[in-house]
Amino acid sequence: MDVFLQTVVAGFLKGGLYALIGIGMTLIMGVMGIINLAHGQLMMLAMYVTFLLNTMGVDPYISLFVAMPVLFLVGVAIQKFLLNPLIKVETILPENQVLMTVGIGMVITEIARFLFKSDYKYVKTDYANATFFLGKISFSVALTIAFAIALAFTAAMFWFLLKTDLGRSIRATAQDKDAATLMGVHTGRITVITFGLGAALVAAAGSLLAPVYYIFPDLGGPFTAKAFIITILGGLGSTVGAILGGVTLGMAESLGATYLGMEYEDIVGLAIFIAVLLFLPGGFKRLTKV
Amino acid sequence: MKKNAVPLVLFAALAAFPLVVTSNYFLHLMILFLLWVVIGSSWNVLAGYTGQVSFGHAAFFGVGAYTAGLLSQHLQISPWWGMALGGFVAVLIGLPFGAICFPLRGAYFALATLALGEGMRHIATISESFTGGMMGIMIMPSFVSKIPYYYISLALALLSVLSIRFVIGSKPGYYFVSIREDQDAAESLGIDTTLYKNASLAISSFWTGMAGAFYMNYMGFIDPHVVFSLHEYSVMAILVAIVGGVGTIYGPAVGAFIMVAVQEFFRSGFFGLFDYLGRTTGMPAFASVSEIVRQAHVLGFGVLVVVVILFLPNGIVGDWGKIRRNVFRIQPTR
Repeated sequence: MDVFLQTVVAGFLKGGLYALIGIGMTLIMGVMGIINLAHGQLMMLAMYVTFLLNTMGVDPYISLFVAMPVLFLVGVAIQKFLLNPLIKVETILPENQVLMTVGIGMVITEIARFLFKSDYKYVKTDYANATFFLGKISFSVALTIAFAIALAFTAAMFWFLLKTDLGRSIRATAQDKDAATLMGVHTGRITVITFGLGAALVAAAGSLLAPVYYIFPDLGGPFTAKAFIITILGGLGSTVGAILGGVTLGMAESLGATYLGMEYEDIVGLAIFIAVLLFLPGGFKRLTKV
Repeated sequence: MKKNAVPLVLFAALAAFPLVVTSNYFLHLMILFLLWVVIGSSWNVLAGYTGQVSFGHAAFFGVGAYTAGLLSQHLQISPWWGMALGGFVAVLIGLPFGAICFPLRGAYFALATLALGEGMRHIATISESFTGGMMGIMIMPSFVSKIPYYYISLALALLSVLSIRFVIGSKPGYYFVSIREDQDAAESLGIDTTLYKNASLAISSFWTGMAGAFYMNYMGFIDPHVVFSLHEYSVMAILVAIVGGVGTIYGPAVGAFIMVAVQEFFRSGFFGLFDYLGRTTGMPAFASVSEIVRQAHVLGFGVLVVVVILFLPNGIVGDWGKIRRNVFRIQPTR
């Protein structure tokens, strides 16, 4: 029973981070209708920002507030100069923007490899391996803090989307781009801001993950895969769904790793993915309706 | 006949290539090129013509390669039997997948294929007793010379391109395109879209599986991370088709040539240009430039893709008219 509880707790904490990754992805998906296959790579970039600041002695939780604006600008630049021009181009395949994000992801990975080489880097903190106990269950300090911050960001995101003008414009663009344009929303600018926001959110996840993970250029791919599994689980474009999806994936991975074996950790995510596609197409969005 | 002149001349040149060039290095590059013609063309059938973008062609490639490898490892028969079976086994993987995932559209389908490719890699890694897991499979190559391999790959490329051209030029080909252009309209005209999507997937996975089986025979070594690699195969297949021209018969062949050339151009440090400059001028700076260029070949791909999608969204073959007008200043003759 203790093992089970411990696994659930570990999965839940990890799930908080996954939710943050998923929300960024689902925002972009909802507004632009494209899957950002460079999402994990953006996170990797944020982790390197955190690493660089860490070598100068800055704590990862402070560099969070550097990594997020930096990645926001990167996201804005990508959307403005690389993705938006594609909307006007006549092509055979409508998925051109998705393919573009693949190219962008490759470029980011290789630039990182160029600057930092392929070897594993670590962010050094004195609390990386610290734990505290509630009853018999141990909590990783770093992951618990990460979970709390992820929760705070998610709440802030909700407030932003529901209560501010900009947030309302983003939701309007996601629901119906043409109607939003007719209502006076500058949809071109909204897509740019949304991509920036998505990148900033995944940057937060990267900075929070940095103390408990290792950093290398090829880290992007697996996390892009996780991000799309989360988004599919939650339903494309659904923020609540992304949170549920993130927590589900985190739990499933840790349960799979404990009860099936470490090598099954990734395949559990894929199995859930296929199951959701088959039995709950549309993801948790179908159940939560938001 | 005039329409076929360029492909025929090119084919004759390719057939005569080993008689003129005996360097193993260039033969190896040409074999890689021909292999990519097969993979790129088959991706193009499913995505370029039928509009079902796949991010998981490594699954079919890897299954083909593992078919050949496992036949020789478990049954002690020649891995060349894999060439006979590899394509069919890939279809056996592809059709159930299609039956499950073709109700999905657009982005959802693309994501499902991505999951297929990644899933196959994990399965091949985990089932160690059957596939050898991360140890991979090693076989003895049948030929020392590269010339037999060259002609086999040439035959493979020729057969795949011709068969695809035949299908695209006949009735199913038009059905494929109609599904790509507007699936609902196609359905309302009485086209069984699920059937034709599966047909397209079958052709696509068959030739990719054949390419995989050839790869096993040629390279002699495979492991899950090589043949099921998302970036080396699934994404490269897309890049080859996009650079050359999505939805064109010869586009992937052009794309394959460019991609292999670019890769080798970077990997060899601009064909040893910088090493040469470093030796003749005696400046050590050139050696480090050469080192950097060698590491940058994937970066080169990435930039190439970004540039092609931005400026030639239909690829080199698809936008040939545009290139002629803007780069060579040739006005179209009427």
